[in-house]
Amino acid sequence: MKILVALKQVPDTESRIKVAADGRSLDPADVKWITSPYDEYALEEAIRIKEAKGAEVVALSVGTDAAKDVLKNALALGADTAVLLKGDGQGDAFAVAQMIAAYVKDKGFDLILCGNKGLGGDNAAMGPMLAELLGVAQANVVVKLELGDGTFSAERETDGGSELVVGALPAVITAQKGLNEPRYASLKGIMAAKKKTIEELDAAPAVAGAQVSALALPPERPAGRKLEGEPAAQAQALLQALKDEAKVF
Amino acid sequence: MILVFCELKDGQLRKPSAEALSEGRRLADASGKQLGALFVGASCAGAADAARYGADAILTAEGGTLASYSSDAFAQVVADAVKDKGATVLLAAATAVGKDVAPRAAARLAAGYASDVTGLTMVDGKLQAVRPVYAGKAFATTSFASAVQVATTRPNVFPAAEKAGTGATESLLAPTGDFKSVVKEILAKAGGKVDLSEANVIVSGGRGMKDGANFKILEEFADAIGGVVGASRAAVDAGWGLPHSMQVGQTGKVVSPTLYIACGISGAIQHIAGMSGSKFIVAINKDSEAPIFKLASYGIVGDLFEVVPELTKAAKAMGIGTN
Repeated sequence: MKILVALKQVPDTESRIKVAADGRSLDPADVKWITSPYDEYALEEAIRIKEAKGAEVVALSVGTDAAKDVLKNALALGADTAVLLKGDGQGDAFAVAQMIAAYVKDKGFDLILCGNKGLGGDNAAMGPMLAELLGVAQANVVVKLELGDGTFSAERETDGGSELVVGALPAVITAQKGLNEPRYASLKGIMAAKKKTIEELDAAPAVAGAQVSALALPPERPAGRKLEGEPAAQAQALLQALKDEAKVF
Repeated sequence: MILVFCELKDGQLRKPSAEALSEGRRLADASGKQLGALFVGASCAGAADAARYGADAILTAEGGTLASYSSDAFAQVVADAVKDKGATVLLAAATAVGKDVAPRAAARLAAGYASDVTGLTMVDGKLQAVRPVYAGKAFATTSFASAVQVATTRPNVFPAAEKAGTGATESLLAPTGDFKSVVKEILAKAGGKVDLSEANVIVSGGRGMKDGANFKILEEFADAIGGVVGASRAAVDAGWGLPHSMQVGQTGKVVSPTLYIACGISGAIQHIAGMSGSKFIVAINKDSEAPIFKLASYGIVGDLFEVVPELTKAAKAMGIGTN
Protein backbone atom coordinates (compact mmCIF):
# COMPACT_ATOMS: atom_id res chain seq x y z
CA MET A 1 0.00 0.00 0.00
CA LYS A 2 1.22 3.45 -0.91
CA ILE A 3 -0.03 6.48 1.04
CA LEU A 4 0.44 10.17 0.34
CA VAL A 5 -0.03 12.64 3.17
CA ALA A 6 -0.44 16.26 2.10
CA LEU A 7 0.71 18.69 4.79
CA LYS A 8 0.32 22.44 5.03
CA GLN A 9 2.31 24.93 7.03
CA VAL A 10 0.06 27.42 8.84
CA PRO A 11 0.25 30.08 11.56
CA ASP A 12 -0.10 28.75 15.11
CA THR A 13 -3.61 29.05 16.59
CA GLU A 14 -2.40 31.48 19.24
CA SER A 15 -1.05 33.87 16.60
CA ARG A 16 -2.41 37.38 16.47
CA ILE A 17 -3.21 38.19 12.88
CA LYS A 18 -1.75 41.33 11.34
CA VAL A 19 -2.36 42.48 7.79
CA ALA A 20 0.75 43.07 5.66
CA ALA A 21 1.45 46.35 3.88
CA ASP A 22 -0.02 45.01 0.62
CA GLY A 23 -3.44 44.91 2.29
CA ARG A 24 -4.15 41.40 1.11
CA SER A 25 -1.81 39.03 2.89
CA LEU A 26 -0.74 38.06 6.36
CA ASP A 27 2.12 39.97 7.95
CA PRO A 28 4.53 37.11 8.71
CA ALA A 29 6.39 39.00 11.46
CA ASP A 30 6.05 37.32 14.88
CA VAL A 31 4.06 34.44 13.41
CA LYS A 32 5.01 30.99 14.65
CA TRP A 33 4.51 28.38 11.94
CA ILE A 34 3.21 24.90 12.59
CA THR A 35 1.85 21.92 10.69
CA SER A 36 -1.89 22.40 10.29
CA PRO A 37 -3.37 20.39 13.22
CA TYR A 38 -5.81 18.49 11.00
CA ASP A 39 -2.88 17.37 8.83
CA GLU A 40 -1.28 15.89 11.95
CA TYR A 41 -4.25 13.54 12.31
CA ALA A 42 -3.83 12.61 8.63
CA LEU A 43 -0.13 11.82 9.10
CA GLU A 44 -0.74 9.85 12.29
CA GLU A 45 -3.38 7.75 10.52
CA ALA A 46 -0.94 6.98 7.71
CA ILE A 47 1.75 5.91 10.18
CA ARG A 48 -0.74 3.70 12.06
CA ILE A 49 -1.77 2.00 8.79
CA LYS A 50 1.92 1.46 8.02
CA GLU A 51 2.49 -0.08 11.45
CA ALA A 52 -0.60 -2.28 11.25
CA LYS A 53 -0.38 -3.64 7.72
CA GLY A 54 2.72 -2.19 6.12
CA ALA A 55 2.73 0.79 3.79
CA GLU A 56 4.98 3.30 2.16
CA VAL A 57 4.21 6.78 3.48
CA VAL A 58 5.14 9.81 1.39
CA ALA A 59 4.80 13.24 3.02
CA LEU A 60 4.21 16.13 0.65
CA SER A 61 3.92 19.86 1.01
CA VAL A 62 3.48 22.71 -1.44
CA GLY A 63 5.28 25.96 -0.74
CA THR A 64 8.60 27.65 -0.26
CA ASP A 65 11.72 26.35 1.51
CA ALA A 66 10.09 27.25 4.84
CA ALA A 67 7.67 24.33 4.41
CA LYS A 68 10.63 21.95 4.80
CA ASP A 69 10.14 22.17 8.57
CA VAL A 70 6.78 20.49 8.20
CA LEU A 71 8.33 17.73 6.08
CA LYS A 72 11.28 17.20 8.47
CA ASN A 73 8.78 16.78 11.27
CA ALA A 74 6.80 14.28 9.17
CA LEU A 75 9.97 12.27 8.53
CA ALA A 76 10.76 12.29 12.24
CA LEU A 77 7.28 10.99 12.98
CA GLY A 78 7.57 8.07 10.56
CA ALA A 79 7.03 9.14 6.96
CA ASP A 80 9.39 7.19 4.65
CA THR A 81 10.09 9.96 2.18
CA ALA A 82 9.22 13.63 1.75
CA VAL A 83 8.52 15.77 -1.29
CA LEU A 84 8.39 19.55 -1.54
CA LEU A 85 6.54 20.94 -4.52
CA LYS A 86 8.15 24.32 -4.81
CA GLY A 87 5.92 27.25 -5.57
CA ASP A 88 5.38 30.75 -4.29
CA GLY A 89 2.78 29.53 -1.82
CA GLN A 90 0.26 32.04 -3.20
CA GLY A 91 -2.15 29.76 -5.05
CA ASP A 92 -5.72 29.04 -3.97
CA ALA A 93 -7.00 25.58 -3.01
CA PHE A 94 -7.76 24.80 -6.66
CA ALA A 95 -4.20 25.64 -7.76
CA VAL A 96 -2.71 23.54 -4.95
CA ALA A 97 -5.03 20.64 -5.86
CA GLN A 98 -3.80 20.84 -9.47
CA MET A 99 -0.15 20.81 -8.36
CA ILE A 100 -0.67 17.79 -6.12
CA ALA A 101 -2.78 16.00 -8.75
CA ALA A 102 0.01 16.48 -11.31
CA TYR A 103 2.49 14.92 -8.87
CA VAL A 104 0.22 12.05 -7.80
CA LYS A 105 -0.82 10.94 -11.28
CA ASP A 106 0.53 7.54 -12.30
CA LYS A 107 2.48 7.06 -9.06
CA GLY A 108 0.14 4.36 -7.80
CA PHE A 109 -1.03 5.87 -4.52
CA ASP A 110 -3.84 3.86 -2.89
CA LEU A 111 -4.70 6.48 -0.34
CA ILE A 112 -4.28 10.22 -0.02
CA LEU A 113 -4.71 11.72 3.42
CA CYS A 114 -4.85 15.37 4.43
CA GLY A 115 -6.59 17.57 6.97
CA ASN A 116 -10.26 18.43 6.42
CA LYS A 117 -9.13 22.03 6.22
CA GLY A 118 -5.93 23.99 6.40
CA LEU A 119 -6.00 26.04 9.57
CA GLY A 120 -6.19 29.71 8.68
CA GLY A 121 -7.30 29.57 5.06
CA ASP A 122 -10.23 27.51 6.32
CA ASN A 123 -11.25 26.60 2.79
CA ALA A 124 -11.91 22.90 3.38
CA ALA A 125 -11.58 22.60 -0.40
CA MET A 126 -8.22 21.14 -1.43
CA GLY A 127 -9.12 17.51 -0.55
CA PRO A 128 -12.39 17.29 -2.49
CA MET A 129 -10.87 19.23 -5.40
CA LEU A 130 -7.93 16.83 -5.54
CA ALA A 131 -10.33 13.84 -5.46
CA GLU A 132 -12.25 15.29 -8.40
CA LEU A 133 -9.11 16.07 -10.43
CA LEU A 134 -7.87 12.53 -9.87
CA GLY A 135 -11.32 11.05 -10.47
CA VAL A 136 -11.28 9.12 -7.19
CA ALA A 137 -13.53 8.71 -4.16
CA GLN A 138 -13.56 11.13 -1.24
CA ALA A 139 -14.63 11.13 2.39
CA ASN A 140 -14.32 14.37 4.33
CA VAL A 141 -14.19 15.28 8.02
CA VAL A 142 -13.40 11.68 8.92
CA VAL A 143 -13.18 10.54 12.55
CA LYS A 144 -12.75 6.79 11.92
CA LEU A 145 -11.18 4.97 8.99
CA GLU A 146 -11.05 1.29 8.10
CA LEU A 147 -9.45 -0.15 5.01
CA GLY A 148 -10.53 -3.32 3.25
CA ASP A 149 -9.31 -5.01 0.11
CA GLY A 150 -9.40 -2.10 -2.32
CA THR A 151 -12.13 -0.43 -0.30
CA PHE A 152 -12.52 1.97 2.58
CA SER A 153 -15.13 2.62 5.20
CA ALA A 154 -15.06 6.01 6.89
CA GLU A 155 -17.12 7.61 9.62
CA ARG A 156 -17.52 11.31 8.95
CA GLU A 157 -19.01 14.16 10.99
CA THR A 158 -22.15 15.74 9.64
CA ASP A 159 -24.37 18.54 10.95
CA GLY A 160 -24.70 17.39 14.54
CA GLY A 161 -24.43 13.69 13.64
CA SER A 162 -22.26 11.25 11.75
CA GLU A 163 -22.49 8.90 8.78
CA LEU A 164 -20.62 5.95 7.32
CA VAL A 165 -19.15 6.45 3.86
CA VAL A 166 -17.99 3.41 1.90
CA GLY A 167 -16.07 3.53 -1.33
CA ALA A 168 -13.30 2.24 -3.52
CA LEU A 169 -9.58 2.94 -3.26
CA PRO A 170 -7.78 4.99 -4.32
CA ALA A 171 -9.47 7.68 -2.30
CA VAL A 172 -8.86 11.06 -0.74
CA ILE A 173 -9.68 11.05 2.98
CA THR A 174 -9.65 14.31 4.96
CA ALA A 175 -9.05 14.00 8.68
CA GLN A 176 -10.94 15.53 11.57
CA LYS A 177 -9.96 15.81 15.23
CA GLY A 178 -10.94 12.55 16.90
CA LEU A 179 -9.53 10.32 14.15
CA ASN A 180 -6.59 9.46 16.41
CA GLU A 181 -4.23 10.93 18.97
CA PRO A 182 -1.07 12.08 17.18
CA ARG A 183 2.23 10.96 18.68
CA TYR A 184 5.26 13.07 19.44
CA ALA A 185 8.45 12.52 17.51
CA SER A 186 10.94 10.27 19.31
CA LEU A 187 14.60 11.22 19.62
CA LYS A 188 15.42 8.20 17.43
CA GLY A 189 12.94 9.43 14.83
CA ILE A 190 14.40 12.92 14.86
CA MET A 191 17.95 11.56 14.44
CA ALA A 192 16.87 9.26 11.61
CA ALA A 193 15.04 12.12 9.86
CA LYS A 194 18.25 14.16 9.81
CA LYS A 195 19.82 11.59 7.51
CA LYS A 196 16.94 11.74 5.05
CA THR A 197 16.72 14.23 2.22
CA ILE A 198 13.65 16.06 1.05
CA GLU A 199 13.00 15.67 -2.65
CA GLU A 200 12.45 19.10 -4.19
CA LEU A 201 10.44 19.47 -7.37
CA ASP A 202 9.06 22.49 -9.17
CA ALA A 203 5.29 22.53 -8.77
CA ALA A 204 3.41 21.94 -12.02
CA PRO A 205 1.86 25.03 -13.56
CA ALA A 206 -1.62 25.66 -12.19
CA VAL A 207 -4.46 28.07 -12.73
CA ALA A 208 -6.00 29.70 -9.66
CA GLY A 209 -9.77 30.06 -9.63
CA ALA A 210 -9.92 32.71 -6.96
CA GLN A 211 -7.63 35.06 -5.11
CA VAL A 212 -7.68 37.18 -1.99
CA SER A 213 -7.94 40.80 -3.07
CA ALA A 214 -8.13 42.29 0.43
CA LEU A 215 -7.54 41.15 3.99
CA ALA A 216 -9.00 43.09 6.91
CA LEU A 217 -9.36 42.68 10.63
CA PRO A 218 -12.90 42.37 12.00
CA PRO A 219 -14.48 45.60 13.26
CA GLU A 220 -14.06 46.34 16.95
CA ARG A 221 -17.00 45.18 19.02
CA PRO A 222 -18.93 47.95 20.76
CA ALA A 223 -18.11 48.28 24.45
CA GLY A 224 -20.28 46.17 26.71
CA ARG A 225 -21.35 46.63 30.29
CA LYS A 226 -21.06 44.62 33.47
CA LEU A 227 -24.14 43.69 35.44
CA GLU A 228 -23.79 44.14 39.18
CA GLY A 229 -25.54 42.74 42.23
CA GLU A 230 -26.35 39.36 43.73
CA PRO A 231 -26.56 36.38 41.36
CA ALA A 232 -30.38 36.49 41.26
CA ALA A 233 -30.36 40.22 40.47
CA GLN A 234 -27.62 39.76 37.83
CA ALA A 235 -29.60 36.97 36.20
CA GLN A 236 -32.77 39.07 36.14
CA ALA A 237 -30.91 42.10 34.76
CA LEU A 238 -29.23 40.03 32.03
CA LEU A 239 -32.40 38.45 30.73
CA GLN A 240 -34.20 41.78 30.84
CA ALA A 241 -31.40 43.43 28.84
CA LEU A 242 -31.33 40.61 26.29
CA LYS A 243 -35.10 40.96 25.93
CA ASP A 244 -35.42 44.75 25.84
CA GLU A 245 -32.11 46.03 24.46
CA ALA A 246 -30.75 43.17 22.37
CA LYS A 247 -34.24 41.89 21.53
CA VAL A 248 -32.90 38.35 21.42
CA PHE A 249 -35.99 36.94 23.09
CA MET B 1 -28.52 31.98 -14.04
CA ILE B 2 -27.57 31.85 -10.40
CA LEU B 3 -28.01 28.26 -9.29
CA VAL B 4 -28.44 27.25 -5.64
CA PHE B 5 -27.91 23.66 -4.53
CA CYS B 6 -30.67 23.06 -1.96
CA GLU B 7 -31.22 20.43 0.71
CA LEU B 8 -34.44 18.98 2.06
CA LYS B 9 -34.96 17.47 5.48
CA ASP B 10 -38.13 15.46 6.08
CA GLY B 11 -39.63 16.97 2.93
CA GLN B 12 -38.91 20.53 4.04
CA LEU B 13 -36.42 23.02 2.69
CA ARG B 14 -33.56 23.29 5.18
CA LYS B 15 -33.12 26.72 6.75
CA PRO B 16 -29.49 27.16 5.57
CA SER B 17 -30.72 26.41 2.03
CA ALA B 18 -33.50 29.01 2.37
CA GLU B 19 -30.83 31.50 3.44
CA ALA B 20 -28.65 30.66 0.42
CA LEU B 21 -31.67 30.99 -1.88
CA SER B 22 -32.59 34.37 -0.41
CA GLU B 23 -29.06 35.63 -0.96
CA GLY B 24 -29.15 34.16 -4.47
CA ARG B 25 -32.38 36.06 -5.15
CA ARG B 26 -30.75 39.29 -4.02
CA LEU B 27 -27.73 38.71 -6.28
CA ALA B 28 -29.97 37.69 -9.21
CA ASP B 29 -31.95 40.92 -8.85
CA ALA B 30 -28.75 42.95 -8.64
CA SER B 31 -27.35 41.43 -11.82
CA GLY B 32 -30.53 40.84 -13.84
CA LYS B 33 -30.20 37.06 -13.71
CA GLN B 34 -32.61 34.19 -13.13
CA LEU B 35 -32.50 32.20 -9.90
CA GLY B 36 -32.55 28.42 -10.07
CA ALA B 37 -32.93 26.00 -7.17
CA LEU B 38 -31.42 22.55 -7.62
CA PHE B 39 -32.54 19.50 -5.64
CA VAL B 40 -30.89 16.07 -5.81
CA GLY B 41 -32.18 12.86 -4.23
CA ALA B 42 -34.45 9.83 -4.43
CA SER B 43 -37.41 12.10 -3.78
CA CYS B 44 -37.47 15.86 -4.11
CA ALA B 45 -40.97 16.27 -2.66
CA GLY B 46 -40.93 19.63 -0.93
CA ALA B 47 -38.76 21.28 -3.59
CA ALA B 48 -41.68 23.58 -4.47
CA ASP B 49 -40.81 25.40 -1.21
CA ALA B 50 -37.94 27.05 -3.09
CA ALA B 51 -40.45 29.28 -4.92
CA ARG B 52 -41.22 30.93 -1.57
CA TYR B 53 -37.66 32.21 -1.51
CA GLY B 54 -37.69 33.58 -5.02
CA ALA B 55 -36.68 30.68 -7.28
CA ASP B 56 -37.63 31.28 -10.91
CA ALA B 57 -36.82 27.69 -11.78
CA ILE B 58 -36.83 24.54 -9.66
CA LEU B 59 -34.63 21.78 -11.04
CA THR B 60 -34.92 18.30 -9.63
CA ALA B 61 -32.59 15.38 -10.25
CA GLU B 62 -34.59 12.49 -8.82
CA GLY B 63 -33.66 8.85 -8.95
CA GLY B 64 -33.20 5.70 -6.91
CA THR B 65 -29.45 5.90 -7.46
CA LEU B 66 -29.44 9.17 -5.50
CA ALA B 67 -31.19 7.80 -2.41
CA SER B 68 -27.92 7.90 -0.45
CA TYR B 69 -25.53 10.80 -0.67
CA SER B 70 -22.53 10.21 -2.92
CA SER B 71 -19.87 12.93 -3.23
CA ASP B 72 -18.91 12.11 -6.80
CA ALA B 73 -22.46 11.49 -8.05
CA PHE B 74 -23.86 14.65 -6.50
CA ALA B 75 -20.91 16.73 -7.72
CA GLN B 76 -21.50 15.38 -11.22
CA VAL B 77 -25.21 16.23 -11.14
CA VAL B 78 -24.52 19.71 -9.79
CA ALA B 79 -21.76 20.45 -12.31
CA ASP B 80 -23.89 19.13 -15.19
CA ALA B 81 -26.79 21.36 -14.11
CA VAL B 82 -24.49 24.39 -14.04
CA LYS B 83 -23.27 23.62 -17.58
CA ASP B 84 -26.75 22.77 -18.81
CA LYS B 85 -28.25 26.01 -17.62
CA GLY B 86 -25.23 28.12 -18.42
CA ALA B 87 -25.17 29.24 -14.78
CA THR B 88 -22.31 31.55 -13.85
CA VAL B 89 -22.77 31.44 -10.08
CA LEU B 90 -23.28 28.31 -7.99
CA LEU B 91 -24.21 28.63 -4.33
CA ALA B 92 -24.80 26.07 -1.60
CA ALA B 93 -25.19 26.40 2.15
CA ALA B 94 -22.01 25.55 4.08
CA THR B 95 -23.56 22.43 5.62
CA ALA B 96 -21.93 18.99 5.86
CA VAL B 97 -23.23 18.14 2.38
CA GLY B 98 -22.75 21.62 0.91
CA LYS B 99 -19.09 21.72 1.99
CA ASP B 100 -18.58 18.21 0.59
CA VAL B 101 -20.19 18.67 -2.81
CA ALA B 102 -19.44 22.32 -3.69
CA PRO B 103 -15.61 22.20 -3.88
CA ARG B 104 -15.76 18.94 -5.84
CA ALA B 105 -18.27 20.43 -8.29
CA ALA B 106 -16.11 23.57 -8.51
CA ALA B 107 -13.06 21.52 -9.50
CA ARG B 108 -15.17 19.72 -12.10
CA LEU B 109 -16.13 23.11 -13.53
CA ALA B 110 -12.57 24.50 -13.24
CA ALA B 111 -14.18 27.20 -11.12
CA GLY B 112 -12.90 29.27 -8.23
CA TYR B 113 -14.44 28.49 -4.88
CA ALA B 114 -15.03 30.54 -1.74
CA SER B 115 -16.19 28.57 1.30
CA ASP B 116 -18.28 29.59 4.27
CA VAL B 117 -18.79 33.16 3.03
CA THR B 118 -20.46 35.85 5.13
CA GLY B 119 -20.91 38.45 2.38
CA LEU B 120 -21.54 38.35 -1.36
CA THR B 121 -21.75 41.03 -4.04
CA MET B 122 -21.75 41.15 -7.81
CA VAL B 123 -18.92 43.26 -9.21
CA ASP B 124 -18.83 43.74 -13.00
CA GLY B 125 -21.03 40.69 -13.44
CA LYS B 126 -18.80 38.49 -11.30
CA LEU B 127 -19.23 37.26 -7.78
CA GLN B 128 -17.09 38.72 -5.02
CA ALA B 129 -17.09 37.11 -1.61
CA VAL B 130 -16.10 38.11 1.90
CA ARG B 131 -15.21 35.19 4.12
CA PRO B 132 -13.70 34.74 7.56
CA VAL B 133 -10.15 33.40 7.60
CA TYR B 134 -8.02 32.37 10.57
CA ALA B 135 -11.39 31.32 12.04
CA GLY B 136 -12.66 34.87 12.05
CA LYS B 137 -9.52 36.67 13.22
CA ALA B 138 -9.59 38.34 9.80
CA PHE B 139 -11.85 38.68 6.78
CA ALA B 140 -10.68 38.06 3.22
CA THR B 141 -12.29 39.55 0.16
CA THR B 142 -12.16 36.88 -2.54
CA SER B 143 -12.24 37.74 -6.24
CA PHE B 144 -12.75 35.15 -8.94
CA ALA B 145 -10.78 34.58 -12.11
CA SER B 146 -13.01 31.79 -13.47
CA ALA B 147 -16.07 32.00 -15.72
CA VAL B 148 -18.12 30.13 -13.13
CA GLN B 149 -17.93 31.18 -9.48
CA VAL B 150 -18.81 28.86 -6.60
CA ALA B 151 -19.45 29.74 -2.96
CA THR B 152 -20.95 28.19 0.15
CA THR B 153 -22.87 30.48 2.51
CA ARG B 154 -22.34 30.30 6.25
CA PRO B 155 -25.55 29.34 8.06
CA ASN B 156 -27.19 31.98 10.26
CA VAL B 157 -25.58 34.92 8.45
CA PHE B 158 -27.83 35.64 5.46
CA PRO B 159 -31.48 36.28 6.37
CA ALA B 160 -34.03 33.90 4.87
CA ALA B 161 -36.43 36.33 3.22
CA GLU B 162 -39.65 35.13 1.66
CA LYS B 163 -40.26 36.47 -1.83
CA ALA B 164 -42.53 34.66 -4.25
CA GLY B 165 -40.88 33.30 -7.39
CA THR B 166 -42.44 31.60 -10.39
CA GLY B 167 -40.81 28.28 -9.52
CA ALA B 168 -41.19 26.62 -12.93
CA THR B 169 -40.23 22.98 -12.42
CA GLU B 170 -37.92 20.92 -14.59
CA SER B 171 -36.60 17.38 -14.17
CA LEU B 172 -32.96 16.55 -14.76
CA LEU B 173 -31.51 13.16 -15.53
CA ALA B 174 -30.17 11.19 -12.58
CA PRO B 175 -26.88 9.30 -13.07
CA THR B 176 -27.17 5.55 -13.52
CA GLY B 177 -24.96 4.47 -10.65
CA ASP B 178 -21.51 2.94 -10.18
CA PHE B 179 -20.36 5.70 -7.86
CA LYS B 180 -16.94 5.90 -6.26
CA SER B 181 -18.32 6.36 -2.76
CA VAL B 182 -21.69 6.40 -1.09
CA VAL B 183 -23.15 6.95 2.37
CA LYS B 184 -24.02 3.48 3.62
CA GLU B 185 -25.50 4.34 6.98
CA ILE B 186 -26.46 7.29 9.15
CA LEU B 187 -24.67 6.51 12.41
CA ALA B 188 -25.88 9.33 14.62
CA LYS B 189 -28.53 11.93 14.09
CA ALA B 190 -28.57 15.40 15.51
CA GLY B 191 -31.78 14.46 17.31
CA GLY B 192 -34.21 17.25 17.97
CA LYS B 193 -31.38 19.72 18.51
CA VAL B 194 -29.88 21.88 15.81
CA ASP B 195 -26.17 21.78 15.13
CA LEU B 196 -23.97 24.42 16.77
CA SER B 197 -23.18 25.99 13.41
CA GLU B 198 -26.88 26.63 12.80
CA ALA B 199 -27.91 27.46 16.38
CA ASN B 200 -29.43 30.82 17.16
CA VAL B 201 -28.46 30.68 20.84
CA ILE B 202 -25.41 28.89 22.26
CA VAL B 203 -24.58 28.36 25.92
CA SER B 204 -20.93 27.35 26.17
CA GLY B 205 -18.83 26.06 29.05
CA GLY B 206 -15.09 26.21 29.61
CA ARG B 207 -12.49 25.11 32.10
CA GLY B 208 -14.46 26.90 34.82
CA MET B 209 -17.13 24.17 34.58
CA LYS B 210 -14.67 21.94 36.51
CA ASP B 211 -16.27 18.69 35.31
CA GLY B 212 -18.27 17.28 32.40
CA ALA B 213 -21.18 16.38 34.68
CA ASN B 214 -21.58 20.06 35.56
CA PHE B 215 -22.60 20.77 31.97
CA LYS B 216 -26.05 19.65 33.14
CA ILE B 217 -26.71 23.15 34.46
CA LEU B 218 -25.85 24.58 31.04
CA GLU B 219 -28.20 22.04 29.39
CA GLU B 220 -31.00 23.13 31.70
CA PHE B 221 -30.41 26.79 30.98
CA ALA B 222 -30.08 26.16 27.22
CA ASP B 223 -33.32 24.16 27.22
CA ALA B 224 -35.09 27.01 29.01
CA ILE B 225 -34.08 29.59 26.40
CA GLY B 226 -34.08 27.37 23.30
CA GLY B 227 -30.30 27.13 22.97
CA VAL B 228 -27.65 24.53 22.23
CA VAL B 229 -24.67 23.71 24.46
CA GLY B 230 -21.08 24.14 23.30
CA ALA B 231 -17.68 23.92 24.95
CA SER B 232 -14.22 25.44 24.76
CA ARG B 233 -11.16 23.45 23.68
CA ALA B 234 -9.93 23.46 27.29
CA ALA B 235 -13.15 21.72 28.37
CA VAL B 236 -13.15 19.21 25.49
CA ASP B 237 -9.47 18.36 26.00
CA ALA B 238 -9.83 18.05 29.80
CA GLY B 239 -10.93 14.42 29.57
CA TRP B 240 -14.42 15.13 30.87
CA GLY B 241 -16.03 13.00 28.18
CA LEU B 242 -17.27 15.90 26.08
CA PRO B 243 -17.33 15.12 22.34
CA HIS B 244 -15.26 17.18 19.93
CA SER B 245 -18.45 18.03 18.02
CA MET B 246 -19.26 20.37 20.95
CA GLN B 247 -16.05 22.35 20.56
CA VAL B 248 -16.24 25.98 19.56
CA GLY B 249 -13.02 27.61 18.40
CA GLN B 250 -10.39 27.67 15.72
CA THR B 251 -9.91 23.89 15.80
CA GLY B 252 -13.61 23.24 16.40
CA LYS B 253 -16.80 24.80 15.14
CA VAL B 254 -16.83 28.41 14.06
CA VAL B 255 -20.21 29.77 15.06
CA SER B 256 -22.21 32.93 14.49
CA PRO B 257 -25.36 32.76 16.63
CA THR B 258 -27.47 35.73 17.66
CA LEU B 259 -26.53 35.07 21.29
CA TYR B 260 -23.43 33.36 22.70
CA ILE B 261 -23.24 32.86 26.44
CA ALA B 262 -19.73 31.95 27.62
CA CYS B 263 -19.67 30.34 31.07
CA GLY B 264 -16.33 29.84 32.77
CA ILE B 265 -14.47 30.57 29.53
CA SER B 266 -11.46 32.87 29.85
CA GLY B 267 -11.28 33.74 26.17
CA ALA B 268 -8.16 32.23 24.61
CA ILE B 269 -7.40 33.61 21.14
CA GLN B 270 -8.32 30.36 19.45
CA HIS B 271 -11.70 30.28 21.23
CA ILE B 272 -12.50 33.89 20.46
CA ALA B 273 -11.69 33.19 16.83
CA GLY B 274 -14.50 30.66 16.76
CA MET B 275 -17.26 32.78 18.30
CA SER B 276 -16.48 36.45 17.79
CA GLY B 277 -18.95 36.52 14.89
CA SER B 278 -21.80 36.19 17.40
CA LYS B 279 -24.18 39.13 17.45
CA PHE B 280 -24.39 39.37 21.24
CA ILE B 281 -21.90 37.85 23.64
CA VAL B 282 -22.48 37.29 27.34
CA ALA B 283 -19.58 36.38 29.61
CA ILE B 284 -20.00 34.81 33.01
CA ASN B 285 -16.68 34.42 34.80
CA LYS B 286 -15.23 34.67 38.29
CA ASP B 287 -12.15 36.49 37.02
CA SER B 288 -13.03 40.09 36.22
CA GLU B 289 -9.79 40.35 34.21
CA ALA B 290 -10.67 37.47 31.88
CA PRO B 291 -10.12 38.53 28.23
CA ILE B 292 -13.62 37.31 27.30
CA PHE B 293 -15.07 40.42 29.01
CA LYS B 294 -13.43 42.62 26.34
CA LEU B 295 -15.80 41.09 23.79
CA ALA B 296 -18.87 40.79 25.93
CA SER B 297 -21.98 42.84 25.26
CA TYR B 298 -22.98 41.94 28.82
CA GLY B 299 -20.65 40.69 31.53
CA ILE B 300 -21.36 39.05 34.85
CA VAL B 301 -18.44 38.75 37.25
CA GLY B 302 -19.49 35.93 39.51
CA ASP B 303 -19.64 32.23 40.25
CA LEU B 304 -21.28 30.49 37.31
CA PHE B 305 -22.53 27.75 39.62
CA GLU B 306 -24.65 30.39 41.34
CA VAL B 307 -25.49 32.57 38.36
CA VAL B 308 -26.49 29.92 35.78
CA PRO B 309 -29.17 28.22 37.94
CA GLU B 310 -30.56 31.70 38.71
CA LEU B 311 -30.68 32.38 34.97
CA THR B 312 -32.59 29.15 34.37
CA LYS B 313 -35.02 30.05 37.15
CA ALA B 314 -35.50 33.60 35.88
CA ALA B 315 -35.89 32.47 32.25
CA LYS B 316 -38.65 30.07 33.26
CA ALA B 317 -40.34 32.73 35.43
CA MET B 318 -40.21 35.26 32.59
CA GLY B 319 -41.45 32.70 30.06
CA ILE B 320 -38.50 33.39 27.79
CA GLY B 321 -37.80 31.52 24.57
CA THR B 322 -36.16 32.68 21.39
CA ASN B 323 -38.45 33.97 18.71
